[in-house]
Amino acid sequence: MTSLSLSPAVQAFEAAYAVARARSRATWALTTLGLLVLFFASSYLSDFFKITQVTLSDGSRAERWIIPAGLPRLGEYLEKTMPSLSWANLGADLGSWFWAWRTWAVLLVETILIAFMATVFGVVGGFLLSFPAARNLAPNKWILWFTRRFLEIARTVPDLVWALIFVFSFGIGPLAGVMAIALHCIGALGKLYSEANENIDMRPLDGIKAAGGTWAQQIRFGAVPQVLPNIISYTLLRFEINVRSSSIIGYVGAGGLGQEFRTAVSLQEYTDLSALFVIIFATVMLIDYGSEKLRHRFIGLGVR
Amino acid sequence: MTQRQASRPRYCSVKIPADNFHPDDTALLQARPSIEFMENYTLSLSGLGRSFGSTRAVDNVSLDIPSGQFVGVIGRSGAGKSTLLRLINRLIEPTTGKISFGDRDITALKGRDLRNWRRDCAMIFQQFNLVDRLDVLTNVLVGRLADHGFVSSMAMRFTDAERTIAIRALDRLDLAPFALQRAGTLSGGQQQRVAIARALVQNPRIMLADEPIASLDPGNATRVMEALRSINREDGLTVLVNLHTLDTAREYCHRIVAMRDGRVMFDGSALQLTDDVVRDIYGSDGLAEFNEAVTSTAARVRVPA
Repeated sequence: MTSLSLSPAVQAFEAAYAVARARSRATWALTTLGLLVLFFASSYLSDFFKITQVTLSDGSRAERWIIPAGLPRLGEYLEKTMPSLSWANLGADLGSWFWAWRTWAVLLVETILIAFMATVFGVVGGFLLSFPAARNLAPNKWILWFTRRFLEIARTVPDLVWALIFVFSFGIGPLAGVMAIALHCIGALGKLYSEANENIDMRPLDGIKAAGGTWAQQIRFGAVPQVLPNIISYTLLRFEINVRSSSIIGYVGAGGLGQEFRTAVSLQEYTDLSALFVIIFATVMLIDYGSEKLRHRFIGLGVR
Repeated sequence: MTQRQASRPRYCSVKIPADNFHPDDTALLQARPSIEFMENYTLSLSGLGRSFGSTRAVDNVSLDIPSGQFVGVIGRSGAGKSTLLRLINRLIEPTTGKISFGDRDITALKGRDLRNWRRDCAMIFQQFNLVDRLDVLTNVLVGRLADHGFVSSMAMRFTDAERTIAIRALDRLDLAPFALQRAGTLSGGQQQRVAIARALVQNPRIMLADEPIASLDPGNATRVMEALRSINREDGLTVLVNLHTLDTAREYCHRIVAMRDGRVMFDGSALQLTDDVVRDIYGSDGLAEFNEAVTSTAARVRVPA
């Protein structure tokens, strides 16, 4: 190097910096390698590289990679679900596409109501449990442990599985659907809310404690005002997710549009499937739009 | 307990028509009795200690603080000043020793009694510890929470009498016009005065102030110290304040306690705090001259006492 003389402190820094750089480069390389191994192992296990036999147009058989072999069949399926619409006869065509619209409208309302009820229960349960489930707020480690495990179980079991269990115990109908989605929602929201709780500033809570406040008062006055915007935002997001869930949960008999999906699939009524998809897509889009407006209002981005 | 409460000083001097309030509320609003009626309880710390792992943050501290004294605790960062104050209101539990107030053993308090003790020795903090997203009035009303049940506090409901007390406390600190603003929108000095108002509505007997002026500019620092002085003089409250600035300590405190490595190194008046003692406390590592003015945050213009 040049004759630039560096002070011992700077030289020590240079050495430490080189060591830190080398260490972070090694970590990066190892992580990348690990992820690549995982990727190839999982794609192998999921038959991503499977070679399958296809029949060519001249009748001979050939070996092909499963992805290009399957894509035409996907197109075929989608084509079957397309309704026949023409400009000249649009009204009648739409009428025959959405031929069961009366039933579907009723079921759509049921679907939204299931989602709404489930969200209400989920918010109340998740909100109450999110405080004992937050590491910084839990009164003791046992309560923390138990609430966390409960929330984990509630959200790890998919709502479709909860629905199966509840249909078995409470019979076919929307009640089972509400309970299933609500339970899953408590688990999911409880986790999200508790993470919001863990990021709060603890100093206001200290101030309330020093004024003689109880644990509940510290939470109510110190924590809740801090996490409220997050809670509103997560809740609206969850409502959208719950509408999607409740639109499929009828598949196992738990009420809502899902039962029509099942009928359409099993009777191979392909155009019904696309009609139902359009209905759900439009609903979710509307709710998405509405909740975004609401959310922005709450966090103060919207026009007043 | 009830007898004691009846004789506690009140901070409202204006009478409110009694028929508007619940009987408990009118008791709250009665005029403040003069200082002579205050019981002369002494706050005693004996052999008080707290360790964090192998560090002794507070080590065998014994102090007797008579009612109405203005005590400054000085010492360099990490000397255990903050821990000492938090031991007194039991935000931190002591590992050894005993705290007593009059003949009450503070170290043994639990549950409701402990919360009532915390109400009786209000604390203000360096970072104010207000709830930024709540309005100023509600932040002050937090000082009333110790006397609230579960339901009314979860609903954030306070009586008209309590709101009156809170707004008066704010007015006393010239903050009434800001009552409905979010606390987070105020300046540091204003926030600290909101914190003092919150402490006042607790009707405390002792005021603990944990470096109340360390994050304030000189003007605001002076206003906050003057507020503490007026609370001490007019309401007869014992004030225990941690300070980084020696000249502030000399200016305001009857008594100065200096700590180093968790121990009390000096306990006396401002006059007794000589340069040699100061050098000993701060251990001015190699700094030839220790200049008090450098650490000062007090405004040069002194408000005549």
